[in-house]
Amino acid sequence: MMNNLDKRFKLIRISVAISSALILALLIILLTSSNPFQTMYDFLIGPLTTARRMGNVIELMIPLLFTGVGVSIMFSAGQVNLSSEGAFFLGGVAAAYVAVSFLLPLGIHPLAAIAAGGAVGAIVGVIPALLYLKFNALPVVSSLMINYVCMFLGLYVINYLIIDPQAGYLASLEYPKSSLLPRLFPVTRIHFGLFIAILVLVLGYLFLMKSKWGYSIRMIGKNANFAKYSGIRVAYYILLSQLLGGAIAGMGGAIEQLGIYNRFQYQRLSGHGFDGILVAILAGYNPKLIPLATFFLAYIRTGADIMSRTSDVPIELIFIIQAVIIVFVAAERFLEGWKHKAIVKRSKEALVTEEV
Amino acid sequence: MENIIANILSPQFIYTILRVSTPLVFAGMAALVVRKSGIMCIAFEAMMLFSALGGVIGSAYTQNLYVGIVAGILSGILIAVIFAYFVLVLKSHPVLTGLALNILGSGGTVFAMFVLTGNKGTTSSLRSLRFPIVNIPIIEDIPLIGQIFSGHNILTYISLLTVLAVYILIYKTTLGLRIRSVGENPHAAESVGIKVVRTKVIALIIGGLIASFGGMYMSMGYLPFFTRDMVSGRGFIGIAAQNLGGGIPIYTLIAALFFGSADAISNVFQTLRIPAEFMQMLPYVVTIIGLMFVGTTNKDSKEKVKKIKEIKGESI
Repeated sequence: MMNNLDKRFKLIRISVAISSALILALLIILLTSSNPFQTMYDFLIGPLTTARRMGNVIELMIPLLFTGVGVSIMFSAGQVNLSSEGAFFLGGVAAAYVAVSFLLPLGIHPLAAIAAGGAVGAIVGVIPALLYLKFNALPVVSSLMINYVCMFLGLYVINYLIIDPQAGYLASLEYPKSSLLPRLFPVTRIHFGLFIAILVLVLGYLFLMKSKWGYSIRMIGKNANFAKYSGIRVAYYILLSQLLGGAIAGMGGAIEQLGIYNRFQYQRLSGHGFDGILVAILAGYNPKLIPLATFFLAYIRTGADIMSRTSDVPIELIFIIQAVIIVFVAAERFLEGWKHKAIVKRSKEALVTEEV
Repeated sequence: MENIIANILSPQFIYTILRVSTPLVFAGMAALVVRKSGIMCIAFEAMMLFSALGGVIGSAYTQNLYVGIVAGILSGILIAVIFAYFVLVLKSHPVLTGLALNILGSGGTVFAMFVLTGNKGTTSSLRSLRFPIVNIPIIEDIPLIGQIFSGHNILTYISLLTVLAVYILIYKTTLGLRIRSVGENPHAAESVGIKVVRTKVIALIIGGLIASFGGMYMSMGYLPFFTRDMVSGRGFIGIAAQNLGGGIPIYTLIAALFFGSADAISNVFQTLRIPAEFMQMLPYVVTIIGLMFVGTTNKDSKEKVKKIKEIKGESI
């Protein structure tokens, strides 16, 4: 019964967080736009107006599904490891390198590139955990530093090893046809990666919520000391979770490259890793809820993108929305008074029925 | 190679270290005060970005440096107060709140910049003011020393004075004693009548104040305008410096100068045929290596405490 109440309030808190963020966004639009109502329409309804735009929402969901699942596994172990951002970026670079440097047969080429992305992502993800376990270094700080290292390392690979001097801007050579993931629908750029994302989502759910490993990881996240005294190998599971989370984020980066782009053209970190953190927080680190959270984020992202192209409000509005959502969802005491009253009321009712 | 060594041994190089370390010193001191009060805050990045933009806008629209300073300080403190409200009142997860505020800092400043100037990259179209360069009389005429220590931006000197001020605040004042006691044992502090939340809020506001000078240095000293994400991890490096310095002001200063020299060296080495990316990576790599040492020193101090307790015959 208490559990139900907890769940209900978590849901209420998330809805209040999302709606207050959206209200704030609309207020900002009202204040800054010269044509606020058209801008609001573009932002809120825009993604539904054409098939291409609806396709954009799904395209955007694919990488976020990967980073969302990856971050959920990482954060479940109580490690605030933000290296999903670097893992996604460097995973994409690794895939680009494999795509343009090796000639492999049709089916194997993308698989090899994705595997390379996953392997690089795993290494990136596990470094902060190693530093934490071995040297007691704070994962938040070390992972952020690692993100910068990943960015410069990735740009080095693009700039010196696989650059296309004819491109006219900093970009890799074009990916050969054999390495690309097939597109699923005409007009949109929805690609085969969607199926892999769904597979990762299901496997991630089974791993994290239904397996012994996932149980141990979540136990460590809730109370590492308790987990230790119950005989769980804390260090092993922390490493495992960060390794897996990083690998999934890295795979996501690889799949994004081979599905959407025809050459590597990021000039800086892409932000997908940080978006994954938002997705994971919204979903409460439960992969079952990740599709919903991802859809929400992809939808407002697409809306903001349309808005920034058709109006005078910049896309950075989205960051303000994201920040507001995160702080409210993370605010444990938010609406606590209300919840407290509900608990008191319910226990009184229970008492009365008992007396009767 | 000889060229490089000559470069590193030159007074200009040490001058550069002081120049690039200034924001790190401010960030490190801000992190130190906040850490002493027992709060895990990573929002210095946002405080610095907001104050960097606030200072530029304030000074550009009024053409008055003091108004710019006030605007910059208020922008930085605003973030600190938001952080305090969510973490101390609504009990938000401090790291996630810091993360959210940093996202807000990065996106919010670009948003505000675009709305005000129509440009998403820099505010170079605004005629914002800069902090003055100070030539110290007498010292500026001494060879070598003059070249190193004179002719800096005034904020560089203020950053060094801040180290002293933070030392006095933390170790020589009642407020500092309260901040430390709240950080070390909030329950004990509460039992002797110290208002825990209020003390932590004050520590955060002081942190916001110091960080905002670091931010303003970026846009009104180091560069003459604001560019997007111009703080680029310096707030985090400040936290790392605080860690590496073991929470002691003078050691934190040394750590900040150390990270600053990694930055300065990367500038020197750019003349070599090493790819620029590796040079740009250097400060972050050095910070990671620095973090490794932090961990080991922390363990040492724990073991020391253990030993002291053993000697005193106390149970652990």
